[in-house]
Amino acid sequence: MSLTREQIESIAHLARLELNVTEIPVYQESLSRILDFVGELERADTSGIEPMSHPLPGLSQRLRPDVVTEEDRRELYQANAPRVEAGLYIVPKVIE
Amino acid sequence: MHRRTLAELAAGLRKKEFSSVELTRHYLERIERGQPALNAFVTITREQALAAAEAADRELAAGRGGPLTGVPIVHKDIFCTQGVLTTCASRMLSNFVSPYDATVVAKLKAAGTVMLGKANMDEFAMGSSNETSWYGPVRNPWNPELVPGGSSGGSAAAVAARLAPAATATDTGGSIRQPAALCGVTGIKPTYGRVSRYGMIAFASSLDQGGVITVSAEDAALVLGAMAGFDPQDSTSVDTPVPDYTATLNDSVEGLKIGLLKEFFDKGLDPENEQRVREALAVYERLGARLQEVSLPNLPLSVPTYYVVAPAECSSNLARYDGVRFGYRCENPRDLMDLYKRTRGEGFGAEVKRRIMTGTYVLSAGYYDAYYLKAQKVRQLIARDFERAFQEVDVLIGPTTPTPAFALGAKTSDPITMYLNDIYTIGANLAGLPAISIPCGFVRGLPVGLQIVGRHFAEAKILNVAHVYQRETDWHLRVPPGWA
Repeated sequence: MSLTREQIESIAHLARLELNVTEIPVYQESLSRILDFVGELERADTSGIEPMSHPLPGLSQRLRPDVVTEEDRRELYQANAPRVEAGLYIVPKVIE
Repeated sequence: MHRRTLAELAAGLRKKEFSSVELTRHYLERIERGQPALNAFVTITREQALAAAEAADRELAAGRGGPLTGVPIVHKDIFCTQGVLTTCASRMLSNFVSPYDATVVAKLKAAGTVMLGKANMDEFAMGSSNETSWYGPVRNPWNPELVPGGSSGGSAAAVAARLAPAATATDTGGSIRQPAALCGVTGIKPTYGRVSRYGMIAFASSLDQGGVITVSAEDAALVLGAMAGFDPQDSTSVDTPVPDYTATLNDSVEGLKIGLLKEFFDKGLDPENEQRVREALAVYERLGARLQEVSLPNLPLSVPTYYVVAPAECSSNLARYDGVRFGYRCENPRDLMDLYKRTRGEGFGAEVKRRIMTGTYVLSAGYYDAYYLKAQKVRQLIARDFERAFQEVDVLIGPTTPTPAFALGAKTSDPITMYLNDIYTIGANLAGLPAISIPCGFVRGLPVGLQIVGRHFAEAKILNVAHVYQRETDWHLRVPPGWA
């Protein structure tokens, strides 16, 4: 399998990654090789096999009661934000 | 002091042979001297360590405290530590001071351990050589031209060079066992769900599992006992009691059925490495264990399965790094899309971007069934192979890695070659099984690892099997030249 430049650009866009011109051919080559490598899975006969949904047999996702457990720690959390004003996260204008 | 095992250090503290402050100072000095050569740390927490050591000494003086009170340890920089930089070795989190402790960190703190610092690692735990770290590679204490393995390379190098008696670590495809093998130390990856993932920065959530790297299996039993247990904060944490892992360490292995995985002794295995593993198996035979060959026919598909499942989960997990609420943000974004794309393009390193893109591709419309669903079906086949094998044998033993440590830069140009390093370790992650790597000798002057895989929740058994070997041998007590 050989991915085109356009395909890499489209994957990078879906993943919200800006790639520079030198990175694109590198990922074209390595992603194509990785897809060839994982393409080996086609050989396996998986007819009638359920896809695994939990690493431990018989266990499924536990749910907790739908009650509030978190306290308000906004200031503490916002101390890590790149830009905050008046308790709000600041991003570039979204709506004109 | 640093030549002793953690168990011996803990005993020394209780007998007042030395104080926790003395012990902590001793290790801090070793770390500060060792850091320029090995780069095993991202952060050294000298002040907090000394304060915690003083508190531990007060507990010990009052006759209080548990078996780990006052024992210094290191945390892999993937575990959130309140008020301390937590980077996951990424530029993306190079400014992130965690507002809370991971459950593992909180539990080990409550057990009285003293944090010395945060260990370097592959960026977001993606790598097998510790060369993808934003903070530069970690070097192997046995030879600084070689890699320590990864992703827990800092944890393994720190314990190998006796810069700490223990270091927490995580294992998604071999990231505890492979560096433990390449650095000549002991590393255990418990059963999926045994150790809480809360506050352990996510890479691939159905595979990630926290564990510990130590000098001996006995040390691992002590630390794992304090780390493990049910945590309501982790939705895949399993509510099963934690046994006293130290209680069964000396159980006899007479009559133990050891399975040799046919697929582990394949053409990719270094013949000298194989020789060391066979010698270790002879030790078990001498102790009365029975060897039996078993085959897991789907195991050769474990690496391709992993390189669909892990990148898929990685691409979802790493979507949270958007430059808005925490972490790195690019300069002067034009608009929101530009902010997302440049923040992520600049904040992530090359291997992390490669895995995010692989994951994005295999999950995208039209490819989901062919790759992701197919891989989860093959994963089921692999898990069933293990289940069948464990109906016949008690543990599976084989090599941890195909070769000893390799040179820095030797495998960075070809991702597939790098991925194949984890060929013997990935199976346990896919099936959620516990596994341990212990040193079993040397090849061309470099340590090699013996891997023991157990049934689900059989940590006590694999620690027992590891410990009886370490009673008969002293490979785990060998210290790299220059670090004695």
